Amino acid sequence: MMQAPVIHVIGLTTIVRERLLPVSGTVLARLNQKVSPMDVIAETRWAREHLLLDVARLLRVTPNLADRLVKCNVGDRIAANSELAVGKGLFPHRVRAVREGRVVAVGGGQVLMEVGETKMELRAGIPGTVVQILPNRGVVIQTAGALIQGVWGNGRIASGSLVNLAEKPEGILTGGRLDVSLRGSIILAGIVNDAETLQAAAELPVRGLILSSISPSLIRKAREMRYPIMVTDGFGPMPMNSAAYKLLSTNARRDVTVNAEIYDRFSGARPEVIIPLPISEYPPAPREVETFAPGLQVRMRRPPAMGKIGSLVVIKPGLTTLPSGLRARAAEVKLENDETVIVPLVNLEVMG
Amino acid sequence: MPSSLVDGNSLLAIEVGAANTRAVMFDVIEGEYRFVASGTAPTTAEAPFKDVGEGVRNAIINLQKVLGNTLLDESRELIIPSQPNGSGVDACVVTLSAGPVVKTVIVGLLKDVSLDSARRLTESTYTRIVDRIGLNDRRRSDQQIDSLLRLRPDLVVITGGTDGGASRSIQKLLEPLGLACFLLPEEKRPAILFAGNEKLEEKVKNLVGSLAESLHFSPNVRPSLETEDIDPAERELARMFINIRKRQIKGVDMLDLWSAGHILPTAYATGRMVRFLAKVYGSKKGILSLDLGASAAIISAGFNGKSTLSVYPQFGLGENLARLQYYTTLEDILRWSSLDISAGVLRDYLYQKSLYPAAIAATKEDLAISEAVSRQSLYLAMQSARRDFPKNITTIEPILTPRFELILAGGAALSDASRPGHSLLLLLDSIQPVGVTTVILDQNNLLPLLGASASQNNILPVQVFESDAFLSMGTVISPVVAASYGTVILRAKLNYENGAEARMELKYGSIETLPLSSGEVGQLSIQGLRGADVGFGPGGSVTIPVSGGVLGVVFDGRGRPLDLPSDAVRRRELIKKWNSTLAGE
Repeated sequence: MMQAPVIHVIGLTTIVRERLLPVSGTVLARLNQKVSPMDVIAETRWAREHLLLDVARLLRVTPNLADRLVKCNVGDRIAANSELAVGKGLFPHRVRAVREGRVVAVGGGQVLMEVGETKMELRAGIPGTVVQILPNRGVVIQTAGALIQGVWGNGRIASGSLVNLAEKPEGILTGGRLDVSLRGSIILAGIVNDAETLQAAAELPVRGLILSSISPSLIRKAREMRYPIMVTDGFGPMPMNSAAYKLLSTNARRDVTVNAEIYDRFSGARPEVIIPLPISEYPPAPREVETFAPGLQVRMRRPPAMGKIGSLVVIKPGLTTLPSGLRARAAEVKLENDETVIVPLVNLEVMG
Repeated sequence: MPSSLVDGNSLLAIEVGAANTRAVMFDVIEGEYRFVASGTAPTTAEAPFKDVGEGVRNAIINLQKVLGNTLLDESRELIIPSQPNGSGVDACVVTLSAGPVVKTVIVGLLKDVSLDSARRLTESTYTRIVDRIGLNDRRRSDQQIDSLLRLRPDLVVITGGTDGGASRSIQKLLEPLGLACFLLPEEKRPAILFAGNEKLEEKVKNLVGSLAESLHFSPNVRPSLETEDIDPAERELARMFINIRKRQIKGVDMLDLWSAGHILPTAYATGRMVRFLAKVYGSKKGILSLDLGASAAIISAGFNGKSTLSVYPQFGLGENLARLQYYTTLEDILRWSSLDISAGVLRDYLYQKSLYPAAIAATKEDLAISEAVSRQSLYLAMQSARRDFPKNITTIEPILTPRFELILAGGAALSDASRPGHSLLLLLDSIQPVGVTTVILDQNNLLPLLGASASQNNILPVQVFESDAFLSMGTVISPVVAASYGTVILRAKLNYENGAEARMELKYGSIETLPLSSGEVGQLSIQGLRGADVGFGPGGSVTIPVSGGVLGVVFDGRGRPLDLPSDAVRRRELIKKWNSTLAGE
């Protein structure tokens, strides 16, 4: 018995996802509210910069005296050029706020302000029902539909109509194929190996790209793109796994959400595509834990047959000597083309 | 009640690694402690479990199957102490390396003094330094605050000020830290270790004590400008690492309870064992331990009472692999490959493999890439670690690897190789030992577990280390010499205990072996030619006792530093030949 890692490629399941603000804020959504991807469910104001004003040094007084001369309090909103402290004497020095902001700390002869505040809105991202409110942080949304998880994402999220530009799982997307008719769409494509294609998609703009693989040299560029990019299989020239390709290509023209979350193996966050589907009742949630067993659909993580899908036939007893010479627990896997390969269990993941 | 003879108690040692968790049983057999058996299971620190307890229990269940003994009760709790019916164990120790790398900010006064000590201290566990704050920092205080808020470190290590020395400068450096802690949500605040001027402790408490997740003190790592003493701070940092993991991962608390607090970072436990071995076995030369696994490359060295411990997550073979390109070039990795692999294929490998840290090489091509990556990672780790070796150690040439009496090799990359010869060649290529060295393979990855068990039982580590649980690879003779390929650089004669004799001529650029089985000893006479130096002077001749191993006595005539041919075809042919000599392929 060995536990197996699981990646989800499922035609219909119940999907429950947390949507959280990065910092504390106000939750606008209500419990049991039906939300669409563009609905704002929470908001906050977030200052990325701070200004520390050394009032004591500027007024040339002791910190204790400076604290008594400071005219602002914690929480005060200060306009640019406002007086924060005034020194003593006939011609006193004055300390002014050089930027608009909010006072967050006063003491020790200093004033700390947060500046450059921006309003941040958190959108639902996926359509569904709010099933839990997480006070000051966000909500939990439940929906039903197809779920296709990937291995890499650029951290963006968007929804739109899915258009299939990948006639086959090993297709290559080039910038020339992106015309104006695709503006605002989520594009199902294969391999991308040039920066121009990513740029052309940005200029249309598209709402998102679902790729089988991407060249590692494009990672930095992909992170800069303002639309979501999700990679289903990996890096280099890898075709899309047949299960994901079949599910995505048969759902072309449907509205989909690409949540290209950055893969975090500890939190479990993964990039994924959600295709909401009509249901009469919620289907079972996906199984998060599996044990390797005959009959399971598995994907090969390393050569041989890297990225291919097959059916686990049998787990070989004891340790198996692999063509590399290493010895490991292994399984016999029958690929979709009926070929059989011997694969170490640690190189397999269950798809389901 | 003890389950073993005399006053010996059985001990269960658990190692929770990045990819795998192992449960290892030690017990007294025929009057001496021995490694009995181990059980392995995938580590469950990551989603969906997010609880190391699951993997630990699975590993123990697998161990139970081997032992035919019950260790867990019906509620899956460890039975401790052992019971009259033979179930359970008498003691438990744990080492831990699983979990995300600990983001660390170091704070100190001068770049080459206290900040350097802070760096060394921080590198003794599984951290990544994400920012440095010091007197040379040109940023304004508010920019430092913004940096801390953006980076959200798990840990801040503060050094600086000799005892009774600078205090105002340190206080000034702490202000932005205190303000950043104040602004961070409580659950995101870092743990803080102060290892600077001891007179400042009260002030540090006032400045950041109530704002840190926890505030710890250790003796000053720089009590004076000339003195550095990191060991006490390393101990404190090891404790802090475990506390950080308790906050991050479920199940660590349970292991702490099972082990009655005998839980250590794996690297720290390894370092403790190396310090001990250096005291017991150390001559003028040092003892070196290497561990290359998914979470990190760990280099620990002991020299005459001084020791160093360096943990490099950036050179681990797991999820950090894609970042290896920040430290080296693809060409430098590929120089080690026995097959013709393109730079593009290698780059794809680094990224793809980083997605699946536990995956192994099943094909010959994948193995060639993985071994090349392992060599370069270990080579880079060794080069980094050498910066921090003491200055007065024994060397043949200062630019080369110092002389080591004993090299201990462990970690999945070394212990899981298909043949011991592969492991040895990997080690010779990346570490490039000089002179005469005994090499031992920690094939069961026991070293950190022995280090952890030392606090529970001080006999066990010695007796297990001297047992056959460790695989002696043999004695390696590595002359330092400059010559042209094919020139004879050394003649050797090995006299066996049974009176037999074997002779060998070593040509520059080749590797040769003389058989000498494990447990056997022989007298080796060496005559260096062309100025070849094996630690007894250029061209010297010497007779020394040598001990055997699975590879006998190995002569590495490839020169130091190892200079591989620039012609790729010839280089690959040579690598295949060296592999053939040592691994029979």
